[in-house]
Amino acid sequence: MIKLVGLIPLFPLIGFLINGFFGKKLSKSISGAIACISVLASFIVSVLVFMELHHAADKSQVVEIFSWINSDSLKIPFSFLVDPLSTWFLLIITGIGFLIHIYSMGYMHEDEGFSRFFTYLNLFVFFMLLLVLGNNYLVMFVGWEGVGLCSYLLIGFWFKNNSYNKAANKAFVMNRIGDLGFLLGIFLIFTTFGSITFNEVFGKVSAASTGTVTAIALLLFIGAMGKSAQIPLYTWLPDAMAGPTPVSALIHAATMVTAGIYMVVRSNIFYSMSATASEFVAIIGAITALFAATIGLLQTDIKKVLAYSTVSQLGLMFLALGVGAYSSAVFHVTTHAFFKALLFLGAGSVIHAMGGEQDIRKMGGLKKALPVTFMTMFLGTIAISGLPPFSGFFSKDEILAHVYEHSPALWFVGVLTSMLTAFYMFRMMFLTFWGSFRGTHEQKHHLHESPKSITIPLIVLAVLSVGGGVLGLPEFWGFNNYIGEHLDSVIIRKNPSIMPHDTEWMLMGLTVISAVAVIYFAYQMFMKNGVLPVENEKQLKSWQKLVYNKYYVDEFYDAIIRKPVDGISKAFHKFFDIQVIDGIVNGVGSTVNWISGLVRKVQTGHIGFYIMAMVLGVIVILFTTLMK
Amino acid sequence: MLTGLLIIFPLIASLLLFVMKGEGAKKAVLGFSIIEFAMSIYAYVTFKADAASKMLYLNCTWVESLGIKFSVGLDGISLLLVLLTTFLVPLIILSSFKTTYEKPNAFYGLILLMQSALVGVFTANDGFLFYVFWELALIPIYFICLLWGGENRGKITFKFFVYTLFGSLFMLIGLIFLYNHTGEVKSWNVNDLYAAGRSLTEAQQTFVFWMMFLAFAIKMPIFPLHTWQPDTYVVAPTQGTMLLSGIMLKMGTFGLIKWLLPVVPLALAKWGGLAVTLSVIGIIYASCIAIVQKDYKRLIAYSSIAHVGLIAAGILSATQQGVQGAVIQMLSHGINVVGLFLIADILMRHTGTREIDKLGGIRNMNGQFGVLFLIIMLGSVALPLTNGFVGEFLLLTGVYQYSHMFAAIAGLSVILGAVYMLRSYQGIMLGEKKDSLGTFGSLAESDKIVLLIVCAAIIGFGVYPKPLNDLAEPAVKALLQNLK
Repeated sequence: MIKLVGLIPLFPLIGFLINGFFGKKLSKSISGAIACISVLASFIVSVLVFMELHHAADKSQVVEIFSWINSDSLKIPFSFLVDPLSTWFLLIITGIGFLIHIYSMGYMHEDEGFSRFFTYLNLFVFFMLLLVLGNNYLVMFVGWEGVGLCSYLLIGFWFKNNSYNKAANKAFVMNRIGDLGFLLGIFLIFTTFGSITFNEVFGKVSAASTGTVTAIALLLFIGAMGKSAQIPLYTWLPDAMAGPTPVSALIHAATMVTAGIYMVVRSNIFYSMSATASEFVAIIGAITALFAATIGLLQTDIKKVLAYSTVSQLGLMFLALGVGAYSSAVFHVTTHAFFKALLFLGAGSVIHAMGGEQDIRKMGGLKKALPVTFMTMFLGTIAISGLPPFSGFFSKDEILAHVYEHSPALWFVGVLTSMLTAFYMFRMMFLTFWGSFRGTHEQKHHLHESPKSITIPLIVLAVLSVGGGVLGLPEFWGFNNYIGEHLDSVIIRKNPSIMPHDTEWMLMGLTVISAVAVIYFAYQMFMKNGVLPVENEKQLKSWQKLVYNKYYVDEFYDAIIRKPVDGISKAFHKFFDIQVIDGIVNGVGSTVNWISGLVRKVQTGHIGFYIMAMVLGVIVILFTTLMK
Repeated sequence: MLTGLLIIFPLIASLLLFVMKGEGAKKAVLGFSIIEFAMSIYAYVTFKADAASKMLYLNCTWVESLGIKFSVGLDGISLLLVLLTTFLVPLIILSSFKTTYEKPNAFYGLILLMQSALVGVFTANDGFLFYVFWELALIPIYFICLLWGGENRGKITFKFFVYTLFGSLFMLIGLIFLYNHTGEVKSWNVNDLYAAGRSLTEAQQTFVFWMMFLAFAIKMPIFPLHTWQPDTYVVAPTQGTMLLSGIMLKMGTFGLIKWLLPVVPLALAKWGGLAVTLSVIGIIYASCIAIVQKDYKRLIAYSSIAHVGLIAAGILSATQQGVQGAVIQMLSHGINVVGLFLIADILMRHTGTREIDKLGGIRNMNGQFGVLFLIIMLGSVALPLTNGFVGEFLLLTGVYQYSHMFAAIAGLSVILGAVYMLRSYQGIMLGEKKDSLGTFGSLAESDKIVLLIVCAAIIGFGVYPKPLNDLAEPAVKALLQNLK
């Protein structure tokens, strides 16, 4: 089966082509079925490949598809790498991808762009699979930019709305800033090692200087900052919520935005060699985690709360990478994919029931009308808040334990982030599902639980969110950490923990107690005292205004980048190009004209360009004589 | 022989067209151009079978006393450019089917005349012959722009003509200088000129370098010699713009590769840095200006300056990846820009304007056009798996080896390109339809065919560029041997 790994991206590609060319002529159920089946087929093959690799002796197998770009020593085949890391991501992408395809059948049913939606979605899965399967940095880059394209297309899916289009453009351009870093990293890898194929490069890393390795690691990380929405390149992700909700779940929570984590894990040998780059990754991750969590506190759009939560959780994953806890980061990618996809899809179900309303100030008391959505989302919320024995507890705890070993200060940032996470998530849940309904009468009348195509994926994801922790049970409890062992061959493992067990117990206890305390506080605030977010920004205190307006970062970027670039461009065009450069050119022209006018008085008849040529000839002769 | 035929056939066909009367010209010229394309494919097959085949060369005496020969031939690079020319000309002709030109036979005759000269430029192995074809190519395009161009064409085409002629005179001086140093028996043969160039002192090489560079830089054009270009592109009839940007521009980059790089290695080592600097400045400068353009055709004109700047930088880096990337990107740019200018033409024909601010919401009215436009735009922003990416990646790899900093600066075009292309696509195609716009209607068959072929080439060569690289890689390697 491993030899047939090419089938995994091939199925969604076929789905894309069928829907792309004939989608409009097909009925909705056929068009949707093709898309779903293609991803299901990929999932099945992925499972088979995963199992085969599990039993295989060779844990790193290369499958070449065709020869792509050759230029002397630069040889870049289109080839795939089947190893524990890529197969792990295959399962997440095709598994969650399939569930979200099913969900979309229900969610997008009334949309006129139904088949177009599935066309883009299949294309996304195709590129995402290339990203994780690529055996060299350039095939990874193909997937990397390809998912960016699909993200662009899906954010601007409702393309009649220009504010959505702007969000789409912003996402694309901001990602391209990161991509330039990625590209330069690829160039540096090529000039240093003479290859960009993973195993060839990783085999030679020890020969490179630490400075070069640091530079490579940092350049690649710039790419990761763009794709995985880290400071300073994170502002596109909240705006990306303009896309249909299944897209937010699949692309902007579960898969694409974790590509940066995948890339760092794939390149972990660089980061483990460079303490500087690792420290940088850890710090950026920690700052992003905390910063985004604070913005999440005051958001009133249900999807925006989740979006900032995603930025924050991604920050936590980078914090893990920065301290060398690579498999813990992959573990958190996995559990996060479960519960964040669940929360987004649940939010979609709520929005669906509310007739498109996304403002939690207009919701309230929905748990009766939407029992399945409520229960599953509630489980997801507990999971993300890190209460045992839900999946998020285990992955987050593993990360925090490693961070503590590295730096108690960063650990504190991590705990603080966790507390804020528990708070804004329960705030969102309390405001949405408890209390009294605050929407219009019409909306109230319209409230209904979503159809089965929507609730079944929710239930499956809820089960995974609850039980997903078994994938990485803590070693100090006497378990084998499955993910850790699985990724052993791909990852430079940190030295085994030297922390005494009672310290680990204490840390774990502290985080759990703090989360419970915060949830109780939120309960008091929103349930007992019935606090509601204010309707008008003017009622906010000044620090709240700052947070509510997302620290004015968008405005800041506008002022220091977009406006200056536009201004400089206008100056280049209107002044420098038209007046200075072209002015000189025209000046030379009219001078020549004037001279030829003088000459014309002496001579009669037509004097064409050869006069000018003669003048020039004289200049040239003078020039050459001077040269000698 | 075959190469000679590729030059003579369009020449004869153009003469036939000049004497032809009536509406038959359109179909006849399309037929001629397709035959020419078929012949070039045959040349490709011959080349693949035996690259040294006598069929591909022609060598007759022309002016014996001056050592001038009619000597033409094909190597990997020139074959690719000939294929580009013969591939694009039928598309350019087809794109004119919905426009009515006065005196169509003269219009199409000039296009074929130009094709003949262009094939000559790309295949000439004799310095003087190269110069003759170089100048010959200017005449038909001058008349195409002058007679069928838009508003204010007289002044603008005159400037274009004088500017480029001015440049080529310097090239002639450079060539004569080389010719004079070819030893006892004077010769215009390309290899003799290479040898002559390398025998020169550094100061002499510098002189030749700047003489030749000036001509090529004006033709492409490279900053700051570019100001003739946007006006000319805008005022020329669409087919003229396509010829200028799709093919004629490549005369300049081709000139750099074949008639500059191997000739003056010492001067290149000394002055190449300055030339690369100008190229890189041009990339950023033109990209920025493209951002603030209102007329879509003018926007593409500036984006073309940015693209060609990167091509020039790649060539002047004199690395395998840089030069090979340049060859690949010359093809991709040629194909994509023909698609983009056709889009500008379609917008004009269907809505009466090319102003981005006046357009909008066209995707609602014609989804198919929206998708085709999208694919061409993605090729232009060099998304992976489009043809634009292969060239751009190799080019930047080459420039990176030359200078890390230049690669980083040139790489900014990756971002800026996305800015102006996405913004303009949004402005034209997305959003709600403006009230001032009438209905858009469906695409004409001829336009649809051209756009489909362009899109197929964009994706086809993006996914599988091997046939192109197989031609370019060994040819570039052989060329760079001359620099060692």
